[in-house]
Amino acid sequence: MKPATNSNAVVKMKKERKWKRWTIHLFPIPALLIYGLFIVYPLFAALTYSFFDWKGIVRGEFVGLKNFKDLFTLEPFSSLFWGAFGHNILYFVLQMIFQNGLAFILAYIIYKKVKGSEFLKIAYFLPRLLSVIVVGFLWKLILNPNYGALNVILEKLGLEQLQKAWLGDPDTALISIILVNCWYGIGFGVLIFLAGLQSIPKELFEAGKLDGADGLSMIQKIVLPLMVPSFMIMTVLTFIQSFEAFELVYAMQGSQGEPYHSTDTLAIYFYRLAFGGSAGGSTTAVGLGSALAVVLFLFISFFTALYLRYMQKKQVDM
Amino acid sequence: MNHTIWTRPFYYVFAFLIASISIYPILLMILSSFKTSAEIFTSPLSLPKTFNLDTYRNLLEMIPFTTYFMNSVFVSVISVLLILITSSLAAFYIARFTFVWNNIIFFFFLMGMMLPIKLGIVPLFILMKDLNLLNSLWSLIFMYVATGIPLSILILTGFFRTMPRELEEAARIDGAGNLRILWNVVLPLMRPALGTVMIIQFIQSWNDFFFPLIFITDDLRKTIPVGMLSLFGEYSADWGALFAGLTLASLPMIVLFFIASKQFMEGLTQGAIK
Repeated sequence: MKPATNSNAVVKMKKERKWKRWTIHLFPIPALLIYGLFIVYPLFAALTYSFFDWKGIVRGEFVGLKNFKDLFTLEPFSSLFWGAFGHNILYFVLQMIFQNGLAFILAYIIYKKVKGSEFLKIAYFLPRLLSVIVVGFLWKLILNPNYGALNVILEKLGLEQLQKAWLGDPDTALISIILVNCWYGIGFGVLIFLAGLQSIPKELFEAGKLDGADGLSMIQKIVLPLMVPSFMIMTVLTFIQSFEAFELVYAMQGSQGEPYHSTDTLAIYFYRLAFGGSAGGSTTAVGLGSALAVVLFLFISFFTALYLRYMQKKQVDM
Repeated sequence: MNHTIWTRPFYYVFAFLIASISIYPILLMILSSFKTSAEIFTSPLSLPKTFNLDTYRNLLEMIPFTTYFMNSVFVSVISVLLILITSSLAAFYIARFTFVWNNIIFFFFLMGMMLPIKLGIVPLFILMKDLNLLNSLWSLIFMYVATGIPLSILILTGFFRTMPRELEEAARIDGAGNLRILWNVVLPLMRPALGTVMIIQFIQSWNDFFFPLIFITDDLRKTIPVGMLSLFGEYSADWGALFAGLTLASLPMIVLFFIASKQFMEGLTQGAIK
């Protein structure tokens, strides 16, 4: 009898183990459900929305590609689209120069071990802690034409001719916002580049020195090629961020991209189409908005993928 | 080699000049919060004459700041907790088991870091409406958990993979189930990675302004960032109170940063570098 009970116990244990082993498949379920429902589903749904006519947030009939056609050919939608698109490109270019370019130089200075580098790192990073809405409102006060600190400082320095209504003038409004964005993001860039620099093996610099390389050619021949991954990360992140630019513009210039749509970005325009205030009126155009979302989504993914592939290939070639 | 001798001071000046541009606006914000509006308008750059707390008193009368604050705390804390639970469960599964679909699941989550979720805001709005979550703090919590999961899974999976399996095997032989192994054996060793995830996600959910802008209209359900929006909308002339509001909104993060600045800076860059 004894062996039989034993094997019974073994069978029971095995069953129990099997059940326990099966439960492991429950582990990723909560994450999959939440992520699927609140991230993946809405983006797919936005795609399907763009093929329908909409009355408010009630779906009408299937209209095929009409929303896309209207977005690109019907006025004022098409000129608003291209205007905003141009602003996004400027956003990207200026951020690459003033935020990432500067961040690289600053990271290099810190890497070369100036005194107080810990303080510098903290200082550059500090703005990143604020909410973007706080950043926008704070700078709106600083850039105020009458009482704002910037114009007062310019006056104290005897540079009255440079005083401006920074956010009220279509020529300077967008650039001001972009530079504020650079102020906010530079510390992050410094840390990314610094991490990249610190991962370069020291022996390479020694070898370079032996070969008689001076500072500049050292940067050119050793630093820049090895920094490709960091440049790649920052470029892709900046690209995505500048084509999604919304919060800062909204905080500083509202949903109309004032003055006269001169600070309109695609995301701001999208917000107006989806939640009202498009083309001056308060009516929503969910169909057009969804079409815009799809175009922007494809644009961002296409260029991100293309860039990543190109840079990966380049890295292999070197 | 000679040129480094005279370029060094130039580097110095340049680096510290930019640093002062980074710090000065924040300093100005804090200092101005102690001034009356009249004082700000007449001498915007000078130090406050007295450390006047009236602006803060005014602010608390104008807007229900403590309510905003409690809402922000509730949303951020619950979001971070749920992210830690869901992500460590999923990351444990992805890193420790070798089912054929594991890589697909991992890739599926990672994709989320590139997806511009704001573009799905119309379907999200309708979804929240159908789930009866508009004007509920849970709409924000679900969004922060969903947007936080990809990066958290990336960080935690990376960390799981570097950890030796021996302890787990020993616990398994002792008859411990998967959940017990994860909770008692693995997670205690994961503290640094969990800390990183906590910091990143706490900053994200504390500072976010986009989702409450869309989902929350009830004043008593607002978090601090959208609360600032109502403050600036209604009291745009009282600069003392505006600066006080901005300072109060930022203070918790700045204090936390000075307690753990290293972890903050490492945490926020870690996800990008991997």
